[in-house]
Amino acid sequence: MAESGSAAQGHRGRLLDNREFLGALFLLPAAILLLGLLAYPLGLGVWLGFTDAKVGSSGQWIGLENFEFLVGDSVFLLSAWNTFIYTFTASVIKFALGLWLALLLNERLPFKAALRAVVLLPFIVPTVLSAIAFWWLYDAQFSVLSWTLVRLGLIDHYIDFLGNPLLARCSVIVANVWRGVPFIAISLLAGLQTIAPSLYEAAAIDGATALQKFRHVTLPLLSPIIAVVMTFSVLFTFTDFQLIWVLTHGGPLNATHLMTTLSYQRGISGGALGEGAAISTAMIPFLLLAVLFSYFGLQRRRWQQGGADR
Amino acid sequence: MAVSLPGALLARWCLVRLRRGEPAGGASNSSGSTPRAGPEGGRGARRSMASVELRQVRKQYGQTSVIHGVDVGVRDGEFAVLVGPSGCGKSTLLRMIAGLEEISSGEILIGDRVVNRVPPKDRDIAMVFQNYALYPHMSVFDNMAFSLRLAGRPREDIQRRVEEAARVLGLGEYLQRYPRQLSGGQRQRVAMGRAIVRAPQVFLFDEPLSNLDARLRVQMRTEIRELHQRLRTTSVYVTHDQIEAMTMADRIVVMNLGRVEQSGAPLELYDEPANVFVAGFIGSPAMNFLPARLRRTPDGVEAVLGDALGLPLEGCELPDGSALTLGVRPEHFVIGSGAGLPAQVLGVEPTGADTQIFCRVCGTPVTVISRERHRFEPGGMIRLTPLPGKTYLFDAAGGQRIPTRDPRRG
Repeated sequence: MAESGSAAQGHRGRLLDNREFLGALFLLPAAILLLGLLAYPLGLGVWLGFTDAKVGSSGQWIGLENFEFLVGDSVFLLSAWNTFIYTFTASVIKFALGLWLALLLNERLPFKAALRAVVLLPFIVPTVLSAIAFWWLYDAQFSVLSWTLVRLGLIDHYIDFLGNPLLARCSVIVANVWRGVPFIAISLLAGLQTIAPSLYEAAAIDGATALQKFRHVTLPLLSPIIAVVMTFSVLFTFTDFQLIWVLTHGGPLNATHLMTTLSYQRGISGGALGEGAAISTAMIPFLLLAVLFSYFGLQRRRWQQGGADR
Repeated sequence: MAVSLPGALLARWCLVRLRRGEPAGGASNSSGSTPRAGPEGGRGARRSMASVELRQVRKQYGQTSVIHGVDVGVRDGEFAVLVGPSGCGKSTLLRMIAGLEEISSGEILIGDRVVNRVPPKDRDIAMVFQNYALYPHMSVFDNMAFSLRLAGRPREDIQRRVEEAARVLGLGEYLQRYPRQLSGGQRQRVAMGRAIVRAPQVFLFDEPLSNLDARLRVQMRTEIRELHQRLRTTSVYVTHDQIEAMTMADRIVVMNLGRVEQSGAPLELYDEPANVFVAGFIGSPAMNFLPARLRRTPDGVEAVLGDALGLPLEGCELPDGSALTLGVRPEHFVIGSGAGLPAQVLGVEPTGADTQIFCRVCGTPVTVISRERHRFEPGGMIRLTPLPGKTYLFDAAGGQRIPTRDPRRG
């Protein structure tokens, strides 16, 4: 009876019964997304890094020439150095503040839900908007911070937050920390809430002080989440672009130029697509390093593994 | 990425220091007690008076009162079981003894010391939690050694005590495992081990067996009991399971709605319940309660069940017509066909050793246990007579036991 249908219909029916065909079919949308929107641009970017492409000319393959040039370029080296300083300092401060906030929010507090919502606020505001707000705060003439300090009698002339290399570096790091802390705090808070309260009670009976409870219960049990959260935080900070671009454009004297901003400046604003792409490509090894770290950091600890007899 | 390293390093540093047996970070390491020998030796020298006494203990959360003036005394070396339905306040009471919960008023004494304001770590107690509360990131050995390390005990001492406790509990080969790699029963033992290595003055158990399957529960019941026989440490054990209470306790404290209903030896409570609650809670299947009425006749006093059966009473001071509750245990019925209460059979469950008969008497469900293998059909009628001298009378309104002497008791 099954053969009585038309041949085409039978064929299609059999195809849709095939597990492998169905699997491939369902995989298709995700594959198109990944290949078309992630792999292709990435491949194109890397390829451009090996060409002398400019805006308007498709460029020739020139091998490692771009990279050889960059190694001798003091601005590029400075931007790489800046990127490390920026990522390292901001991540350390974000981690410390985030953990502290998470521990606070995990306590019994009045208006707990409202407080948590407020903490998330910097994360919700679009980066460009908050960057503009910070730009206003840091402005040489209209800075609210300077105004307040002057009114308090602490300083007698306005601070040029973004005009001095060291101050500018600190200022962008502060802005980045302000924006990044909520993500860390809320993620770590979620982690803290998975720790059973009875563990703290057991530790209290075992004789642990508050500090010892933190060291021997909280920190080890939180470490898997810390590894995930900090990996993401480092990746986000390393590739930060918006804050810097809005606040300083990389200035003054390239003191706040990151690899991302330099890449954009050279590649898009300056038109040297090949060189810009080479700068971006140079970031990949560092990002891979961070991902590798997370890969090892995220490996399940022995104590997290299930009960197989070994 | 370098960012979480300091945290990890800090944790490692602390662990290393702990392993060396040093107090980490110079923080307080005193457990507030003098060093005592482990569970294996010097028992006589070690054990001091460690009674637990609660005097008019109350607990309030804001306006809500959950414990209303509880008095409990647990003697030195006694195994006391707090039992009651969920929400009766027994766990709260235990946590108050442990110091995990503040008390609103009253006094708690451990030994001769009032410990109201003493933090848990200085009360010289150990607690076994319902979910065991084992540290998942520490091996069995480290779990048991944790309190000793915090107390700054020498390394050999820790090693010796943990191994001794592991031997007692049959955990010797699991010392390097993590809690996740253990079965429920083994985890339970680790929790016990963690308690006994410290040789505390008092053990507190918070429903430690409720997460185990039925067979293991019975086994662990015996083990905990044996351990207590061996160590003779004062213990307070919380459970909602009256069978656990009956089989394990030297003394049972029955709680309900934040009050102590009755306290005494298991069989004392079974034989002489003070009120309807205790009578119904202790014993399985539960005691049957039948509505009755007091009647004074020229011959004396009797309790009338339904319209028919009168049970003669003596020494009862209540007025004629008082509403009563008659309590009869399932095993204290005689099944007959002539006289007695008419009962409609609802179902029969033979268990092999005996037969449980579920029936309805004057609209009240009644359970009867008989050693004989009856074969009643559901819907059939039988006659039940309470065994003379085995009935309990309660005031129907307050539920208090009415002291009576059944003249037939002899």
